[in-house]
Amino acid sequence: MVKGAAEQAADLRTSLCGIQLDNPVLAASGTFGYGREFAELYDINILGSFSFKGTTPEPRFGNPTPRIADCSQGMLNSVGLQNPGVDAVVREELPALAKVFRKKVMANVCGGSPEDYALVAEKLEHCDQVGWLEVNISCPNVKSGGMAFGTDPRAAAEVIAAVRKVTKKPVIAKLSPNVTDITEIARACEAAGADGLTAINTLLGMRIDLKSRRPVLAREMGGFSGPAVFPVALRCVWQICRAVDIPVVGCGGISTARDVLEMMMAGASAVQVGSQNLVDPYACRDIIEALPAAMERYGIRSLQELADR
Amino acid sequence: MRNDIGTIITNERIAAGTYEMVLQMPQNQEVRQAFGQVRPGQFINLKLEGHYLRRPISICDWDEETQVLSIIYKVVGTGTETMSRMSHGEALDLLWPLGNGYDLSETGTGFHPLLIGGGAGVPPMFGLCRRLIREGAVSPTVILGFRRAEDAFYRDRFEELGARLILMTEDGSMGSKGFVTDAMKALEKEEGREYCDGFFACGPEAMLRAVDQAAPEGIPGYMSFEERMGCGFGACMGCSCKTRYGNKRICKDGPVLERREIIW
Repeated sequence: MVKGAAEQAADLRTSLCGIQLDNPVLAASGTFGYGREFAELYDINILGSFSFKGTTPEPRFGNPTPRIADCSQGMLNSVGLQNPGVDAVVREELPALAKVFRKKVMANVCGGSPEDYALVAEKLEHCDQVGWLEVNISCPNVKSGGMAFGTDPRAAAEVIAAVRKVTKKPVIAKLSPNVTDITEIARACEAAGADGLTAINTLLGMRIDLKSRRPVLAREMGGFSGPAVFPVALRCVWQICRAVDIPVVGCGGISTARDVLEMMMAGASAVQVGSQNLVDPYACRDIIEALPAAMERYGIRSLQELADR
Repeated sequence: MRNDIGTIITNERIAAGTYEMVLQMPQNQEVRQAFGQVRPGQFINLKLEGHYLRRPISICDWDEETQVLSIIYKVVGTGTETMSRMSHGEALDLLWPLGNGYDLSETGTGFHPLLIGGGAGVPPMFGLCRRLIREGAVSPTVILGFRRAEDAFYRDRFEELGARLILMTEDGSMGSKGFVTDAMKALEKEEGREYCDGFFACGPEAMLRAVDQAAPEGIPGYMSFEERMGCGFGACMGCSCKTRYGNKRICKDGPVLERREIIW
């Protein structure tokens, strides 16, 4: 079959911390579970990869409901890292994923202390499916750990160093935008041994129900995400890319192929699509399919070249 | 789960703040097959102009032959308000059918079901009632509860199906005065504990809890729950609840739970 000029010309391949990606589009943690629900809808091997649900040493239910609220061009969540615990992930989720996904998956690692993070990382160390460890020091929905680490350069470095010590896999720190200077945290993570950075996690936000005059979320505040945060995420990626030498995964409000290109022009080596998966389960597939035409339109032949610039 | 575009045939007010929307789904073989697999108690998730998250609405009734489905919704916020302003010919992007729906494995010929719907929880009871009758259940007893006469809808539709209908209003302005559980107590008094073989309920959580307590012990009971949802298809963990059999997602493992697994 003769391919069209656009398809021939567009090279979507890129790499992240030494691992080749067929394309730069990853699904973001917390919006893609462990892949099952989406594998029922389409062949998820078309993805660059995805970051699985934030995983802790023990199973967690998370916060009381309601823990979702709608916003203009976005949403709030205060799920609070519901997950079956790392042992169940290794025993059940990863073998189930292996049947439908043959690429390296990114493991999102969480905990309440540096030791917790290291414990989860250690248990994932011998899972060949896991390509990268994404260290979540930015979840705004947990009492201890999470964002508490990601808003203090010293605490952030401590967690990254603890994970670095127990793994040979690339370590990627997922950063919080809820700070005065995100480059300070980025530099601290780089110095502590991070191989890459994901920017950004959700922004702390809230909604109030006019009838009850009470916050919509049971936990009052939650993480704001969706297309509304894209300019904030883009700005953070731009700043970080000019402050560190390690690759950055751009995340926050991406919903179109144009957003992907914009993120990569800001310096991102790859991107993550989050909330959009929840309102449009085919979002990642559609974005990947739209990339060649978008690249052609803006005279981009190779995404790797765009990332290298 | 499918993603289709439905076209509005009608969208009419049928009670105070309550609308019935009838959607024509695409008429092709795949959609026809999907219709064949719809179960009462499942829902659709609608994308609405000006709103980011979709809005989950339970399916009231559907017809495989014409590939039409209907929903009934109460205007409670900006999403349902937007819906109420839509009219004939407008298109809606929807994910469907979602959720587990009511378990009909224990019903069938000779089964005597009790259906209980409260307010905005009445719609799924209609599609359920029609299917139970078609599958040979003994004329279902249907208890509908509304606040006032102005809120009531579908009384005649249930009667047309051949259900034995008991209507309750809190202020007594239509049917009998009282809650749905008052009707359950009266049935038990008149007919004994065997007045039904199992129950199906949908309504506010306080009503479901009262229904569970009022229903005879030992019979199966299926209740449909509501929760604020992110995705509606099991990915985001937004609508989780704890059950005796572990954590469940209202959108994917529910919205229907069986009485023995519920932790009130």
